[in-house]
Amino acid sequence: MTTTTTAAPMAVEKDSPRVRRRRRGLSPGRRLPATRLIGPALFVALWAIASAAGQLDPGAIPAPWTVLRTAGHLWTAGTLPTDILTSLERASYGFAIGLVAGVLLALAAGLSRVGEALIDGTVQLNRAIPTLGLIPLFILWLGIGEAFKVAIIAIVVYIPIYLNTHAALSGIDSRFVELAEVQGLSKFQFIRQIVIPGALPGFFVGLRLGVTGSWLGLVVLEQINATSGLGYMMFQAQNYGQSDVILVGLLVYGVFGLISDSAVRLIERRVLSWRRTLSS
Amino acid sequence: MAPHTEQLTRPAVQLRGLTRSFEGRTVLDGIDLDLPAGQFTALLGHSGSGKSTLLRAIAGLDHGVTGSGRLTAPQRVSVVFQDSRLLPWRRVLDNVLLGTEGEEKGRAALAEVGLKGRERAWPNELSGGEAQRAALARSLVREPELLLADEPFGALDALTRIKMHALLRELWKAHQPSVLLVTHDVDEAIVLADRVLVLDQGRIGLDLTIDRPHPRSYRDPLLGEYRERLLTALGVTEDHA
Repeated sequence: MTTTTTAAPMAVEKDSPRVRRRRRGLSPGRRLPATRLIGPALFVALWAIASAAGQLDPGAIPAPWTVLRTAGHLWTAGTLPTDILTSLERASYGFAIGLVAGVLLALAAGLSRVGEALIDGTVQLNRAIPTLGLIPLFILWLGIGEAFKVAIIAIVVYIPIYLNTHAALSGIDSRFVELAEVQGLSKFQFIRQIVIPGALPGFFVGLRLGVTGSWLGLVVLEQINATSGLGYMMFQAQNYGQSDVILVGLLVYGVFGLISDSAVRLIERRVLSWRRTLSS
Repeated sequence: MAPHTEQLTRPAVQLRGLTRSFEGRTVLDGIDLDLPAGQFTALLGHSGSGKSTLLRAIAGLDHGVTGSGRLTAPQRVSVVFQDSRLLPWRRVLDNVLLGTEGEEKGRAALAEVGLKGRERAWPNELSGGEAQRAALARSLVREPELLLADEPFGALDALTRIKMHALLRELWKAHQPSVLLVTHDVDEAIVLADRVLVLDQGRIGLDLTIDRPHPRSYRDPLLGEYRERLLTALGVTEDHA
Protein backbone atom coordinates (compact mmCIF):
# COMPACT_ATOMS: atom_id res chain seq x y z
CA MET A 1 0.00 0.00 0.00
CA THR A 2 2.66 2.46 1.05
CA THR A 3 4.72 1.91 -2.08
CA THR A 4 1.82 2.73 -4.37
CA THR A 5 0.92 5.95 -2.54
CA THR A 6 4.46 7.25 -2.72
CA ALA A 7 4.88 6.15 -6.31
CA ALA A 8 1.87 8.07 -7.60
CA PRO A 9 3.15 11.67 -7.12
CA MET A 10 6.53 10.64 -8.50
CA ALA A 11 4.94 9.50 -11.74
CA VAL A 12 3.10 12.81 -12.05
CA GLU A 13 6.31 14.75 -11.68
CA LYS A 14 8.17 12.59 -14.17
CA ASP A 15 5.91 12.90 -17.17
CA SER A 16 4.40 16.30 -16.50
CA PRO A 17 2.72 18.09 -18.13
CA ARG A 18 0.36 15.25 -17.56
CA VAL A 19 -2.43 14.67 -20.03
CA ARG A 20 -5.53 15.60 -18.17
CA ARG A 21 -8.19 12.97 -18.19
CA ARG A 22 -11.59 14.11 -19.34
CA ARG A 23 -14.01 14.72 -16.52
CA ARG A 24 -16.68 12.18 -15.93
CA GLY A 25 -19.90 13.48 -17.53
CA LEU A 26 -22.93 13.93 -15.33
CA SER A 27 -25.50 13.66 -18.10
CA PRO A 28 -26.89 10.12 -18.39
CA GLY A 29 -25.31 9.77 -21.81
CA ARG A 30 -26.60 8.97 -25.23
CA ARG A 31 -29.99 7.31 -25.44
CA LEU A 32 -30.05 3.65 -26.41
CA PRO A 33 -32.61 2.61 -29.04
CA ALA A 34 -35.91 1.14 -27.74
CA THR A 35 -34.62 1.23 -24.15
CA ARG A 36 -38.09 1.51 -22.74
CA LEU A 37 -38.91 -2.01 -23.99
CA ILE A 38 -35.94 -3.77 -22.40
CA GLY A 39 -37.42 -3.96 -18.90
CA PRO A 40 -40.83 -5.34 -19.93
CA ALA A 41 -39.20 -7.80 -22.38
CA LEU A 42 -36.97 -9.15 -19.62
CA PHE A 43 -39.97 -9.52 -17.35
CA VAL A 44 -41.93 -11.50 -19.97
CA ALA A 45 -38.88 -13.68 -20.64
CA LEU A 46 -38.57 -14.56 -16.93
CA TRP A 47 -42.27 -15.30 -16.79
CA ALA A 48 -42.03 -17.62 -19.82
CA ILE A 49 -38.99 -19.44 -18.43
CA ALA A 50 -40.64 -19.94 -15.04
CA SER A 51 -43.83 -21.26 -16.69
CA ALA A 52 -41.92 -23.61 -19.00
CA ALA A 53 -39.96 -24.93 -16.03
CA GLY A 54 -43.24 -25.61 -14.23
CA GLN A 55 -42.39 -23.27 -11.35
CA LEU A 56 -45.70 -21.37 -11.60
CA ASP A 57 -49.17 -22.68 -10.72
CA PRO A 58 -51.02 -22.44 -14.08
CA GLY A 59 -54.28 -21.84 -12.20
CA ALA A 60 -52.91 -18.70 -10.55
CA ILE A 61 -50.43 -17.47 -13.16
CA PRO A 62 -50.98 -19.05 -16.57
CA ALA A 63 -48.11 -19.15 -19.06
CA PRO A 64 -47.70 -16.23 -21.48
CA TRP A 65 -48.70 -18.39 -24.45
CA THR A 66 -51.90 -19.45 -22.65
CA VAL A 67 -52.76 -15.78 -22.16
CA LEU A 68 -52.11 -15.08 -25.84
CA ARG A 69 -54.19 -18.08 -26.92
CA THR A 70 -57.08 -16.92 -24.71
CA ALA A 71 -56.75 -13.43 -26.17
CA GLY A 72 -56.99 -14.95 -29.66
CA HIS A 73 -60.11 -16.94 -28.72
CA LEU A 74 -61.78 -13.90 -27.15
CA TRP A 75 -60.89 -11.81 -30.18
CA THR A 76 -62.31 -14.23 -32.73
CA ALA A 77 -65.40 -14.76 -30.59
CA GLY A 78 -65.99 -11.00 -30.90
CA THR A 79 -66.31 -10.27 -27.17
CA LEU A 80 -62.84 -8.79 -26.74
CA PRO A 81 -63.15 -6.18 -29.57
CA THR A 82 -66.52 -5.08 -28.20
CA ASP A 83 -65.17 -4.79 -24.65
CA ILE A 84 -62.10 -2.87 -25.85
CA LEU A 85 -64.21 -0.47 -27.89
CA THR A 86 -66.55 0.18 -24.97
CA SER A 87 -63.63 0.87 -22.65
CA LEU A 88 -61.85 3.06 -25.21
CA GLU A 89 -64.99 5.07 -25.76
CA ARG A 90 -65.43 5.72 -22.04
CA ALA A 91 -61.80 6.61 -21.57
CA SER A 92 -61.74 8.97 -24.57
CA TYR A 93 -64.95 10.80 -23.68
CA GLY A 94 -63.88 11.24 -20.09
CA PHE A 95 -60.39 12.24 -21.12
CA ALA A 96 -61.61 14.76 -23.71
CA ILE A 97 -63.98 16.42 -21.26
CA GLY A 98 -61.35 16.44 -18.50
CA LEU A 99 -58.74 17.89 -20.84
CA VAL A 100 -60.93 20.75 -22.03
CA ALA A 101 -62.18 21.50 -18.51
CA GLY A 102 -58.67 21.39 -17.02
CA VAL A 103 -57.20 23.73 -19.62
CA LEU A 104 -60.10 26.20 -19.57
CA LEU A 105 -60.20 26.37 -15.77
CA ALA A 106 -56.42 26.76 -15.60
CA LEU A 107 -56.52 29.61 -18.12
CA ALA A 108 -59.39 31.33 -16.30
CA ALA A 109 -57.67 30.97 -12.93
CA GLY A 110 -54.21 31.86 -14.25
CA LEU A 111 -55.18 34.93 -16.24
CA SER A 112 -57.57 36.77 -13.95
CA ARG A 113 -57.61 37.43 -10.23
CA VAL A 114 -61.40 36.94 -10.13
CA GLY A 115 -61.00 33.59 -11.87
CA GLU A 116 -58.31 32.59 -9.42
CA ALA A 117 -60.46 33.52 -6.45
CA LEU A 118 -63.42 31.55 -7.77
CA ILE A 119 -61.68 28.52 -9.25
CA ASP A 120 -58.42 27.72 -7.53
CA GLY A 121 -59.75 27.09 -4.04
CA THR A 122 -62.65 25.06 -5.41
CA VAL A 123 -60.36 22.80 -7.42
CA GLN A 124 -58.03 22.35 -4.45
CA LEU A 125 -61.05 21.29 -2.41
CA ASN A 126 -62.11 18.89 -5.15
CA ARG A 127 -58.60 17.49 -5.19
CA ALA A 128 -58.76 16.78 -1.47
CA ILE A 129 -61.80 14.53 -1.95
CA PRO A 130 -60.80 11.11 -3.34
CA THR A 131 -62.53 11.10 -6.71
CA LEU A 132 -63.45 7.43 -6.50
CA GLY A 133 -65.30 8.27 -3.29
CA LEU A 134 -67.71 10.29 -5.43
CA ILE A 135 -68.89 7.17 -7.27
CA PRO A 136 -71.94 6.43 -5.05
CA LEU A 137 -73.11 10.02 -5.27
CA PHE A 138 -72.63 10.16 -9.03
CA ILE A 139 -74.59 6.92 -9.47
CA LEU A 140 -77.46 8.49 -7.55
CA TRP A 141 -77.30 11.62 -9.67
CA LEU A 142 -76.56 10.24 -13.10
CA GLY A 143 -77.79 6.65 -12.91
CA ILE A 144 -75.67 3.58 -13.40
CA GLY A 145 -75.25 4.10 -17.15
CA GLU A 146 -72.37 5.65 -19.10
CA ALA A 147 -72.74 9.22 -17.87
CA PHE A 148 -71.41 8.69 -14.35
CA LYS A 149 -68.39 6.72 -15.61
CA VAL A 150 -67.47 9.43 -18.07
CA ALA A 151 -67.98 12.06 -15.37
CA ILE A 152 -65.69 10.29 -12.89
CA ILE A 153 -62.96 9.82 -15.52
CA ALA A 154 -63.27 13.47 -16.50
CA ILE A 155 -62.71 14.49 -12.86
CA VAL A 156 -59.72 12.17 -12.51
CA VAL A 157 -58.24 13.72 -15.68
CA TYR A 158 -58.97 17.40 -15.17
CA ILE A 159 -57.32 17.71 -11.76
CA PRO A 160 -53.69 16.98 -12.72
CA ILE A 161 -54.09 18.94 -15.97
CA TYR A 162 -55.50 21.92 -14.10
CA LEU A 163 -52.90 21.82 -11.32
CA ASN A 164 -49.86 21.59 -13.58
CA THR A 165 -51.11 24.03 -16.20
CA HIS A 166 -52.12 26.54 -13.54
CA ALA A 167 -48.77 26.23 -11.78
CA ALA A 168 -46.98 26.79 -15.10
CA LEU A 169 -49.17 29.78 -15.91
CA SER A 170 -48.56 31.49 -12.58
CA GLY A 171 -44.86 30.65 -12.87
CA ILE A 172 -44.34 32.63 -16.07
CA ASP A 173 -41.36 34.92 -15.65
CA SER A 174 -42.46 38.46 -14.79
CA ARG A 175 -39.62 39.70 -16.99
CA PHE A 176 -41.51 38.31 -19.97
CA VAL A 177 -44.62 40.17 -18.88
CA GLU A 178 -42.57 43.36 -18.83
CA LEU A 179 -41.19 42.53 -22.27
CA ALA A 180 -44.72 42.07 -23.62
CA GLU A 181 -45.64 45.53 -22.29
CA VAL A 182 -42.57 47.11 -23.87
CA GLN A 183 -43.24 45.43 -27.23
CA GLY A 184 -46.81 46.71 -27.11
CA LEU A 185 -48.49 43.31 -27.21
CA SER A 186 -52.26 43.21 -26.88
CA LYS A 187 -53.79 41.01 -24.17
CA PHE A 188 -54.66 38.42 -26.81
CA GLN A 189 -51.18 38.44 -28.35
CA PHE A 190 -49.67 38.22 -24.88
CA ILE A 191 -51.70 35.11 -24.09
CA ARG A 192 -51.04 33.46 -27.44
CA GLN A 193 -47.35 34.27 -27.81
CA ILE A 194 -46.08 34.26 -24.23
CA VAL A 195 -48.52 32.73 -21.75
CA ILE A 196 -49.51 29.62 -23.66
CA PRO A 197 -46.07 28.61 -24.99
CA GLY A 198 -44.62 29.34 -21.55
CA ALA A 199 -47.18 27.12 -19.84
CA LEU A 200 -46.88 24.23 -22.31
CA PRO A 201 -44.16 22.31 -20.42
CA GLY A 202 -46.36 22.23 -17.30
CA PHE A 203 -49.40 21.36 -19.36
CA PHE A 204 -47.65 18.30 -20.77
CA VAL A 205 -46.76 17.06 -17.31
CA GLY A 206 -50.44 17.32 -16.43
CA LEU A 207 -51.44 15.68 -19.69
CA ARG A 208 -49.33 12.62 -19.03
CA LEU A 209 -50.69 12.27 -15.51
CA GLY A 210 -54.19 12.74 -16.91
CA VAL A 211 -53.78 10.03 -19.54
CA THR A 212 -52.60 7.55 -16.93
CA GLY A 213 -55.39 8.70 -14.63
CA SER A 214 -58.06 8.05 -17.23
CA TRP A 215 -57.01 4.38 -17.48
CA LEU A 216 -56.77 4.04 -13.73
CA GLY A 217 -60.26 5.44 -13.25
CA LEU A 218 -61.55 3.13 -15.94
CA VAL A 219 -60.21 -0.02 -14.28
CA VAL A 220 -61.89 0.82 -11.00
CA LEU A 221 -65.20 1.92 -12.55
CA GLU A 222 -65.51 -1.11 -14.77
CA GLN A 223 -64.80 -3.48 -11.94
CA ILE A 224 -67.34 -1.98 -9.57
CA ASN A 225 -70.33 -0.95 -11.59
CA ALA A 226 -70.24 -2.14 -15.17
CA THR A 227 -72.15 -4.37 -17.49
CA SER A 228 -69.61 -4.19 -20.32
CA GLY A 229 -66.00 -3.28 -20.99
CA LEU A 230 -62.62 -4.71 -20.12
CA GLY A 231 -63.09 -4.36 -16.37
CA TYR A 232 -66.42 -6.15 -16.59
CA MET A 233 -64.75 -8.95 -18.55
CA MET A 234 -62.13 -9.31 -15.83
CA PHE A 235 -64.72 -9.19 -13.07
CA GLN A 236 -66.67 -12.00 -14.68
CA ALA A 237 -63.47 -14.01 -15.14
CA GLN A 238 -62.77 -13.66 -11.44
CA ASN A 239 -66.16 -15.27 -10.69
CA TYR A 240 -65.31 -18.23 -12.92
CA GLY A 241 -61.68 -18.50 -11.85
CA GLN A 242 -60.31 -17.70 -15.33
CA SER A 243 -56.98 -16.14 -14.42
CA ASP A 244 -55.91 -16.15 -18.09
CA VAL A 245 -58.82 -13.85 -19.02
CA ILE A 246 -57.90 -11.51 -16.17
CA LEU A 247 -54.37 -11.36 -17.51
CA VAL A 248 -55.68 -10.62 -21.01
CA GLY A 249 -57.56 -7.66 -19.55
CA LEU A 250 -54.49 -6.42 -17.71
CA LEU A 251 -52.41 -6.85 -20.86
CA VAL A 252 -54.82 -4.73 -22.90
CA TYR A 253 -54.90 -2.02 -20.21
CA GLY A 254 -51.11 -2.05 -20.10
CA VAL A 255 -50.73 -1.83 -23.87
CA PHE A 256 -53.19 1.06 -24.11
CA GLY A 257 -51.55 2.84 -21.21
CA LEU A 258 -48.14 2.49 -22.82
CA ILE A 259 -49.37 3.59 -26.26
CA SER A 260 -51.19 6.66 -24.97
CA ASP A 261 -48.24 7.70 -22.80
CA SER A 262 -45.83 7.30 -25.71
CA ALA A 263 -48.15 9.31 -27.94
CA VAL A 264 -48.17 12.17 -25.45
CA ARG A 265 -44.37 11.99 -25.11
CA LEU A 266 -43.99 12.11 -28.88
CA ILE A 267 -46.22 15.17 -29.20
CA GLU A 268 -44.43 16.77 -26.26
CA ARG A 269 -41.04 16.28 -27.87
CA ARG A 270 -42.26 17.81 -31.13
CA VAL A 271 -44.00 20.77 -29.56
CA LEU A 272 -41.24 21.53 -27.04
CA SER A 273 -38.36 21.03 -29.45
CA TRP A 274 -36.83 24.31 -28.21
CA ARG A 275 -36.01 22.68 -24.90
CA ARG A 276 -32.73 20.96 -24.51
CA THR A 277 -32.87 18.84 -21.39
CA LEU A 278 -31.39 15.63 -20.09
CA SER A 279 -33.96 13.54 -21.90
CA SER A 280 -33.18 14.84 -25.38
CA MET B 1 -22.36 66.98 -32.74
CA ALA B 2 -25.84 65.64 -33.46
CA PRO B 3 -26.49 65.58 -37.20
CA HIS B 4 -30.09 66.81 -37.05
CA THR B 5 -29.61 70.15 -35.40
CA GLU B 6 -33.12 71.33 -36.24
CA GLN B 7 -34.55 68.42 -34.27
CA LEU B 8 -32.74 69.48 -31.14
CA THR B 9 -35.24 72.25 -30.58
CA ARG B 10 -37.94 69.66 -29.90
CA PRO B 11 -37.13 67.51 -26.87
CA ALA B 12 -37.93 63.82 -27.23
CA VAL B 13 -38.33 63.38 -23.51
CA GLN B 14 -39.39 66.05 -21.08
CA LEU B 15 -39.58 65.54 -17.33
CA ARG B 16 -40.91 68.16 -14.95
CA GLY B 17 -40.80 67.61 -11.23
CA LEU B 18 -40.79 63.83 -11.61
CA THR B 19 -41.09 62.13 -8.23
CA ARG B 20 -41.23 58.44 -7.48
CA SER B 21 -41.16 56.69 -4.14
CA PHE B 22 -41.24 53.13 -2.88
CA GLU B 23 -42.73 52.43 0.53
CA GLY B 24 -42.17 55.95 1.75
CA ARG B 25 -38.59 56.14 0.47
CA THR B 26 -38.14 58.85 -2.16
CA VAL B 27 -36.18 57.43 -5.09
CA LEU B 28 -36.67 60.24 -7.60
CA ASP B 29 -36.93 63.67 -6.04
CA GLY B 30 -38.44 66.16 -8.48
CA ILE B 31 -36.39 65.61 -11.62
CA ASP B 32 -36.45 68.21 -14.41
CA LEU B 33 -34.85 66.93 -17.57
CA ASP B 34 -35.00 67.44 -21.34
CA LEU B 35 -33.58 64.85 -23.70
CA PRO B 36 -33.30 66.40 -27.18
CA ALA B 37 -34.35 64.23 -30.11
CA GLY B 38 -31.48 62.22 -31.53
CA GLN B 39 -29.15 62.73 -28.57
CA PHE B 40 -27.08 59.93 -27.09
CA THR B 41 -27.26 60.33 -23.31
CA ALA B 42 -25.84 58.13 -20.60
CA LEU B 43 -27.20 58.02 -17.07
CA LEU B 44 -24.72 57.14 -14.34
CA GLY B 45 -25.34 56.43 -10.70
CA HIS B 46 -24.61 54.09 -7.84
CA SER B 47 -26.75 51.02 -7.54
CA GLY B 48 -29.88 52.11 -5.77
CA SER B 49 -29.53 55.70 -6.97
CA GLY B 50 -32.80 55.39 -8.90
CA LYS B 51 -31.45 55.17 -12.43
CA SER B 52 -33.48 52.10 -13.26
CA THR B 53 -36.53 53.71 -11.67
CA LEU B 54 -36.07 56.73 -13.93
CA LEU B 55 -35.72 54.53 -17.01
CA ARG B 56 -38.76 52.49 -16.09
CA ALA B 57 -40.78 55.65 -15.50
CA ILE B 58 -39.90 56.92 -18.98
CA ALA B 59 -40.67 53.48 -20.45
CA GLY B 60 -44.06 53.51 -18.71
CA LEU B 61 -43.26 50.32 -16.84
CA ASP B 62 -43.78 51.62 -13.31
CA HIS B 63 -47.33 50.52 -12.56
CA GLY B 64 -48.24 50.73 -8.95
CA VAL B 65 -45.39 53.07 -8.06
CA THR B 66 -46.46 56.22 -6.27
CA GLY B 67 -45.24 59.43 -7.78
CA SER B 68 -46.05 62.76 -9.35
CA GLY B 69 -44.74 65.09 -12.01
CA ARG B 70 -45.14 65.51 -15.73
CA LEU B 71 -43.55 63.24 -18.28
CA THR B 72 -43.69 63.38 -22.06
CA ALA B 73 -42.10 60.67 -24.14
CA PRO B 74 -42.33 59.69 -27.82
CA GLN B 75 -44.82 57.21 -29.24
CA ARG B 76 -42.30 54.61 -30.33
CA VAL B 77 -40.07 53.60 -27.41
CA SER B 78 -37.89 50.50 -27.35
CA VAL B 79 -36.21 49.04 -24.29
CA VAL B 80 -33.11 46.86 -24.13
CA PHE B 81 -32.68 45.10 -20.81
CA GLN B 82 -29.60 43.76 -19.07
CA ASP B 83 -30.65 40.25 -19.97
CA SER B 84 -31.51 39.67 -23.63
CA ARG B 85 -34.99 38.54 -22.61
CA LEU B 86 -35.48 36.42 -25.70
CA LEU B 87 -38.41 34.03 -25.50
CA PRO B 88 -36.84 30.56 -25.46
CA TRP B 89 -39.73 29.03 -27.43
CA ARG B 90 -39.41 31.39 -30.41
CA ARG B 91 -36.69 31.28 -33.00
CA VAL B 92 -34.43 34.32 -33.22
CA LEU B 93 -36.29 35.92 -36.13
CA ASP B 94 -39.65 35.44 -34.42
CA ASN B 95 -38.22 36.99 -31.27
CA VAL B 96 -37.10 40.02 -33.23
CA LEU B 97 -40.59 40.35 -34.72
CA LEU B 98 -42.36 40.05 -31.34
CA GLY B 99 -45.28 42.45 -31.38
CA THR B 100 -44.67 43.62 -34.93
CA GLU B 101 -44.78 42.25 -38.46
CA GLY B 102 -42.65 42.19 -41.58
CA GLU B 103 -40.24 39.33 -42.02
CA GLU B 104 -37.99 41.33 -44.32
CA LYS B 105 -37.57 44.09 -41.76
CA GLY B 106 -36.65 41.48 -39.18
CA ARG B 107 -34.06 39.87 -41.43
CA ALA B 108 -32.59 43.28 -42.23
CA ALA B 109 -32.34 44.14 -38.54
CA LEU B 110 -30.61 40.84 -37.80
CA ALA B 111 -28.17 41.41 -40.64
CA GLU B 112 -27.47 44.87 -39.25
CA VAL B 113 -26.45 43.50 -35.86
CA GLY B 114 -24.32 40.80 -37.50
CA LEU B 115 -26.65 37.86 -36.98
CA LYS B 116 -27.36 37.09 -40.63
CA GLY B 117 -27.89 33.37 -41.02
CA ARG B 118 -28.99 32.84 -37.39
CA GLU B 119 -32.66 33.64 -38.07
CA ARG B 120 -33.77 30.05 -37.45
CA ALA B 121 -31.62 29.48 -34.34
CA TRP B 122 -33.19 28.97 -30.92
CA PRO B 123 -32.20 31.54 -28.29
CA ASN B 124 -30.48 28.93 -26.12
CA GLU B 125 -28.12 28.24 -29.00
CA LEU B 126 -26.79 31.82 -28.94
CA SER B 127 -23.86 33.12 -26.92
CA GLY B 128 -24.45 35.96 -24.48
CA GLY B 129 -23.20 38.53 -26.97
CA GLU B 130 -25.27 37.12 -29.81
CA ALA B 131 -28.38 37.09 -27.64
CA GLN B 132 -27.84 40.74 -26.77
CA ARG B 133 -27.37 41.53 -30.48
CA ALA B 134 -30.70 39.85 -31.17
CA ALA B 135 -32.25 41.97 -28.41
CA LEU B 136 -30.85 45.09 -30.11
CA ALA B 137 -32.33 43.93 -33.43
CA ARG B 138 -35.68 43.46 -31.69
CA SER B 139 -35.57 47.01 -30.37
CA LEU B 140 -34.50 48.45 -33.74
CA VAL B 141 -37.06 46.75 -35.92
CA ARG B 142 -39.73 48.99 -34.40
CA GLU B 143 -37.85 52.10 -35.56
CA PRO B 144 -37.91 53.70 -32.12
CA GLU B 145 -37.76 57.44 -31.57
CA LEU B 146 -36.36 56.69 -28.13
CA LEU B 147 -34.15 53.78 -27.20
CA LEU B 148 -33.89 53.04 -23.50
CA ALA B 149 -31.10 50.69 -22.49
CA ASP B 150 -30.85 49.42 -18.92
CA GLU B 151 -27.24 48.28 -18.42
CA PRO B 152 -27.45 46.35 -21.69
CA PHE B 153 -23.84 45.20 -21.59
CA GLY B 154 -23.61 44.54 -17.86
CA ALA B 155 -23.69 40.76 -18.25
CA LEU B 156 -21.20 40.56 -21.13
CA ASP B 157 -17.49 39.86 -20.98
CA ALA B 158 -15.07 42.73 -21.54
CA LEU B 159 -14.14 41.83 -25.12
CA THR B 160 -17.73 41.36 -26.24
CA ARG B 161 -18.62 44.60 -24.50
CA ILE B 162 -16.12 46.59 -26.59
CA LYS B 163 -17.61 45.17 -29.80
CA MET B 164 -21.12 45.91 -28.60
CA HIS B 165 -20.16 49.52 -27.81
CA ALA B 166 -19.09 50.03 -31.41
CA LEU B 167 -22.25 48.33 -32.66
CA LEU B 168 -24.56 50.44 -30.52
CA ARG B 169 -22.88 53.63 -31.67
CA GLU B 170 -23.17 52.52 -35.32
CA LEU B 171 -26.82 51.68 -34.95
CA TRP B 172 -27.46 55.02 -33.30
CA LYS B 173 -25.75 56.80 -36.20
CA ALA B 174 -27.78 54.89 -38.78
CA HIS B 175 -31.18 55.28 -37.10
CA GLN B 176 -30.85 58.46 -35.05
CA PRO B 177 -33.09 57.58 -32.10
CA SER B 178 -32.67 59.44 -28.84
CA VAL B 179 -30.75 57.08 -26.58
CA LEU B 180 -30.81 56.92 -22.82
CA LEU B 181 -28.20 54.42 -21.68
CA VAL B 182 -28.32 53.52 -18.01
CA THR B 183 -24.99 52.22 -16.78
CA HIS B 184 -22.77 52.08 -13.73
CA ASP B 185 -19.65 51.97 -15.88
CA VAL B 186 -18.08 55.43 -16.12
CA ASP B 187 -15.83 54.44 -19.03
CA GLU B 188 -18.73 53.04 -20.99
CA ALA B 189 -20.63 56.30 -20.52
CA ILE B 190 -17.67 58.45 -21.60
CA VAL B 191 -16.83 56.40 -24.67
CA LEU B 192 -20.39 56.16 -25.94
CA ALA B 193 -22.42 59.18 -24.93
CA ASP B 194 -22.44 62.82 -25.95
CA ARG B 195 -24.00 63.79 -22.65
CA VAL B 196 -23.61 62.12 -19.29
CA LEU B 197 -25.97 62.60 -16.37
CA VAL B 198 -25.14 61.58 -12.84
CA LEU B 199 -28.08 60.65 -10.66
CA ASP B 200 -27.43 61.29 -7.01
CA GLN B 201 -30.00 60.89 -4.24
CA GLY B 202 -32.90 61.16 -6.62
CA ARG B 203 -31.67 64.28 -8.40
CA ILE B 204 -29.49 65.03 -11.40
CA GLY B 205 -26.20 65.76 -9.66
CA LEU B 206 -24.15 66.49 -12.76
CA ASP B 207 -25.04 67.16 -16.39
CA LEU B 208 -21.93 66.90 -18.52
CA THR B 209 -21.63 67.35 -22.29
CA ILE B 210 -18.78 65.35 -23.74
CA ASP B 211 -17.59 67.16 -26.80
CA ARG B 212 -15.08 64.71 -28.24
CA PRO B 213 -15.10 63.10 -31.70
CA HIS B 214 -16.08 59.46 -32.24
CA PRO B 215 -14.86 56.75 -32.21
CA ARG B 216 -13.33 57.48 -28.86
CA SER B 217 -10.50 55.65 -27.22
CA TYR B 218 -10.14 54.84 -23.56
CA ARG B 219 -6.60 56.23 -23.86
CA ASP B 220 -7.72 59.71 -24.91
CA PRO B 221 -6.21 61.93 -22.17
CA LEU B 222 -8.95 64.52 -22.51
CA LEU B 223 -11.52 61.89 -21.64
CA GLY B 224 -9.54 61.38 -18.45
CA GLU B 225 -10.63 64.80 -17.27
CA TYR B 226 -14.29 63.97 -17.86
CA ARG B 227 -13.66 60.76 -16.02
CA GLU B 228 -12.28 62.61 -12.99
CA ARG B 229 -15.28 64.92 -12.85
CA LEU B 230 -17.76 62.07 -13.14
CA LEU B 231 -16.02 60.01 -10.48
CA THR B 232 -15.97 63.02 -8.17
CA ALA B 233 -19.68 63.53 -8.75
CA LEU B 234 -20.18 59.86 -7.90
CA GLY B 235 -18.16 60.35 -4.73
CA VAL B 236 -15.40 57.98 -5.79
CA THR B 237 -11.70 58.79 -5.58
CA GLU B 238 -9.22 56.80 -7.58
CA ASP B 239 -6.63 57.04 -4.84
CA HIS B 240 -5.98 53.44 -3.98
CA ALA B 241 -3.44 54.27 -1.29
